[in-house]
Amino acid sequence: MVHWTDEERDIIKTFWGKIDAEEAGHQALTRVLVVYPWTQRYFSTFGNLSKPSAIAGNPKVRAHGKRVVVALGDAIKNLDNVKATYAKLSELHSEKLHVDPENFRLLGEALIIVLAGQFGAAFTPAVQATWQKLLAVVIAALSSKYH
Amino acid sequence: MPLTDADKNHVRSIWSKASGKAEELGAQALARMLEAFPNTKTYFSHYSDLSVKSGQVHVHGKKIIDALTDAVNHIDDITGAMSALSTKHAHTLRVDPANFKTLSHTILVVLAIYFPADFTPEVHLAIDKFLAEVSYALAEKYR
Repeated sequence: MVHWTDEERDIIKTFWGKIDAEEAGHQALTRVLVVYPWTQRYFSTFGNLSKPSAIAGNPKVRAHGKRVVVALGDAIKNLDNVKATYAKLSELHSEKLHVDPENFRLLGEALIIVLAGQFGAAFTPAVQATWQKLLAVVIAALSSKYH
Repeated sequence: MPLTDADKNHVRSIWSKASGKAEELGAQALARMLEAFPNTKTYFSHYSDLSVKSGQVHVHGKKIIDALTDAVNHIDDITGAMSALSTKHAHTLRVDPANFKTLSHTILVVLAIYFPADFTPEVHLAIDKFLAEVSYALAEKYR
């Protein structure tokens, strides 16, 4: 089980309260699809991803980005049991979606960068470290059912 | 994944702002790496303070950003520009090259914090590619 300090729980709760899931998710997924274009392999049904402006304006990208960050909320509500919370999602990503877990890392990094841009100096090294830890836990949980 | 002309322009453009804040950006990137990725602290056991307020972190952070500025100024020959530093990292410092990626990530985070309007997805792409090329050049002499 992951150990969270009171400070870490506080930081996560405080910042989660200020995050717009749709906006943050949209921006993070847009960056992943632009910066790592090979990730578009998972989104062949999304329509126009031909250039950065198309990706940023794509409503399916926005909807999916929102879905991912909303799901992050489940982990945050169950910090002491992220692995169990994400068991089914992990199976889904492995068995049905066939997503290489490396992509979880790329999206996690993009989300950190989006949060940094949104919060600026308030996203201190300590805050960043807490969110890096949260995402590492989420990524490990999402990867746990792969075989 | 070579840098396109568009990439190079994006890198030069944002770096013209970054190079003037070398010490602050460098200290931030380094401190964030040390705090969020504790394995990286193993290379700085001789530092008494690893926080963003540390004089040692400021000096070293500036060195890193200045070296990147040099790479930007020689963006058509990053391997050549990084040659001496590669030798140093390979034979003296012996930093595991996996950590270049970690520091690259915190540099991106710092650019997002300090230049939110400039750090668009396209610029993010260009800098990510640039830092990957610098990292590769830094590791060239390792074996």
